[in-house]
Amino acid sequence: MSFVSYLLNGVSLGSVYAIIALGYTMVYGIAKMLNFAHGDVIMIGSYVAFVAINSMGMPIPVSILISVAACTILGVTIERVAYKPLRHASKLAVLITAIGASYFLQNMALLIFGADTKSFSSVVKMEPLQLAGGQLNISGETIVTVAVCVVIMICLTTFMKYSKAGHAMLAVSEDGGAAQLMGINVNGTIALTFAIGSALAAIAGVLLCSAYPSLTPYTGAMPGIKAFVAAVFGGIGSIPGAFIGGILLGVIEILGRAYISSQLADAIVFAVLIVVLVVKPTGLLGKQIQEKV
Amino acid sequence: MKKLLSLAMAGMLVFSVAACGSSDTPAASDDNTAAEATDSTEAEETGAEGTDAAEAGSTAEGGVLKIGGIGPATGGAAVYGLAVKNAATMAVDEINAAGGINGMQVEFQFEDDEHDAEKSVNAYNTLKDWGMQMLMGTVTSTPCTAVVAKTAEDNMFQLTPSGSAVESIAQPNAFRVCFSDPNQGGASAQYIGENKVASKVAVIYNSQDVYSSGIYETFAAEAANQGIEIVAAEPFTEDSKTDFSVQLQKANEAGAELVFLPIYYTEASIILKQASTMNFDPIFFGCDGLDGILAVENFDTSLAEGVMLLTPFAADAEDAATQSFVSTYQEKFGDIPNQFAADAYDAIYIIKAAAEKAGITADMSASDMCEAMKTAMTEITVDGLTGAGITWSADGEPSKAPKAVVITDGAYAAM
Repeated sequence: MSFVSYLLNGVSLGSVYAIIALGYTMVYGIAKMLNFAHGDVIMIGSYVAFVAINSMGMPIPVSILISVAACTILGVTIERVAYKPLRHASKLAVLITAIGASYFLQNMALLIFGADTKSFSSVVKMEPLQLAGGQLNISGETIVTVAVCVVIMICLTTFMKYSKAGHAMLAVSEDGGAAQLMGINVNGTIALTFAIGSALAAIAGVLLCSAYPSLTPYTGAMPGIKAFVAAVFGGIGSIPGAFIGGILLGVIEILGRAYISSQLADAIVFAVLIVVLVVKPTGLLGKQIQEKV
Repeated sequence: MKKLLSLAMAGMLVFSVAACGSSDTPAASDDNTAAEATDSTEAEETGAEGTDAAEAGSTAEGGVLKIGGIGPATGGAAVYGLAVKNAATMAVDEINAAGGINGMQVEFQFEDDEHDAEKSVNAYNTLKDWGMQMLMGTVTSTPCTAVVAKTAEDNMFQLTPSGSAVESIAQPNAFRVCFSDPNQGGASAQYIGENKVASKVAVIYNSQDVYSSGIYETFAAEAANQGIEIVAAEPFTEDSKTDFSVQLQKANEAGAELVFLPIYYTEASIILKQASTMNFDPIFFGCDGLDGILAVENFDTSLAEGVMLLTPFAADAEDAATQSFVSTYQEKFGDIPNQFAADAYDAIYIIKAAAEKAGITADMSASDMCEAMKTAMTEITVDGLTGAGITWSADGEPSKAPKAVVITDGAYAAM
């Protein structure tokens, strides 16, 4: 029974990674850049929700909406101010800018909200589910996180497949220059990608802090990096890949901690990553793109 | 279009520089207000003449003794650093108002290290440039261990209020006010064993932190003598300190009656929350790192109900010294002081006692002061907030009796 319980914890942690990884993977797929500020957008989203709930006394659904709106605006602004001017600069310059944006957000949060840990009260008011005579205890947060993750995943795939904007994203992802020639607004499409990714970051932030309630300006950093690993693991640029990568990473991390060593959990995660990349360099679901000469 | 672009970039540059500037300002203004507070209290307590006399004294006869402080004023451990800074400033003000140390007025300057070893060494260098003659710090163990190597090189007297790792005072020039980790781990096991709190104990500790793993090791050693069975010892690392479900579940399955948490309060608050969601309800027992958990904004204090911690200071103690300290601190800073504040307050008075014993004068070099202080520290006996009749051995360890508190109705209560 404890195995099932570990597995559920792993899926729950993995679902948070997956939602964050979706943001990384979409931006990489379409803008071909690593948005290292993504983890910090999550943190800002959590702070906005925290302030809305605790200082302004907003009801929880409204607070989440405010947080989503704030992150969307933030994401688009970061893209506009920090990344768009560098669209044709070297990859390295954009990467450094992204790291800069990440530090900027962390320090801004430090300045506005202070360094003290804040305790985030869970937005999930569900009683834990008790199965097998109380032996198996599934928290409300676990259920909601997994459900939200699956819903987001389905919505995103549908959006990419059937909507016009989704088609535009796929086109830009395949060949930005050609897409522009065909009359697709490339800048608009990239901005939309950042908007969606950042909105997801807000949801991820609220869920992350509901399950693990301490909120500091550095809250987003580590989950952000793990989610990036998840995105690479699943095949960066692939939406189902981010989902599978996230869940697997969470499960491996928790099971590794439970059955091998609490201390080596991260080492195990990265060892698995190395093995996957050696065998399949594009990640689990990544596509091999041939460079044409 | 290009122009617009460059304009926007230039704008961003200015904006980011402005942001940097403003991030410095609060710290600077903090210092100013602290300095103003010093002036105004002096003026209030001693009257205008008193201040003049003190100023005259500081230049003419006694001179100035510059004591530096280092600790986290920002970052995850900021609660500790700020408490130390506040309480030390308070003690310095009191001493100055009462005529200083050997006629010397005391100047106190506090630098932020964000609980980071490298930044702590930088802070130490900044203070040396300022002309520091003695160091009251650092507040947390890992940075303290780094700084003590530097103070030993410079032969600078160092008294840490709360750096509890063994290595934190490994050098002959360093002393401490708080218990060492071995002392805390051993004393915790002793307390649990002697008071029959529990016999099956699980430990969740941070294997990457000197403080946490240090306490764990001595706890484990002493637990064997006390007949306590450690049924699970679960480490975590800096990179995986958000999810503790596995550690808690293992503790639960091993049948632990008590979970020992030799860790800091940020992680402990997550552990308490996760334990309550999984209906695991053991006794939680921690050390001084848990102090401050009630100050976490929006923390549901009912989760911490019944948590025990080994700490030398309880703000609700009945004695007059504690009560006057608590009320003055609360009046000045609006918070109930934690044990770090008490440690720092004691530290300043310990420096005073030792400096008077050693006959320190302002014209001595920092190195000469250190030599004199080292001998004096082993000869003095101090009655402080954190213990009565505290004495020191030459290796820098204090000797005093351990005390424990339990969290009841959202406040620390003595046991």
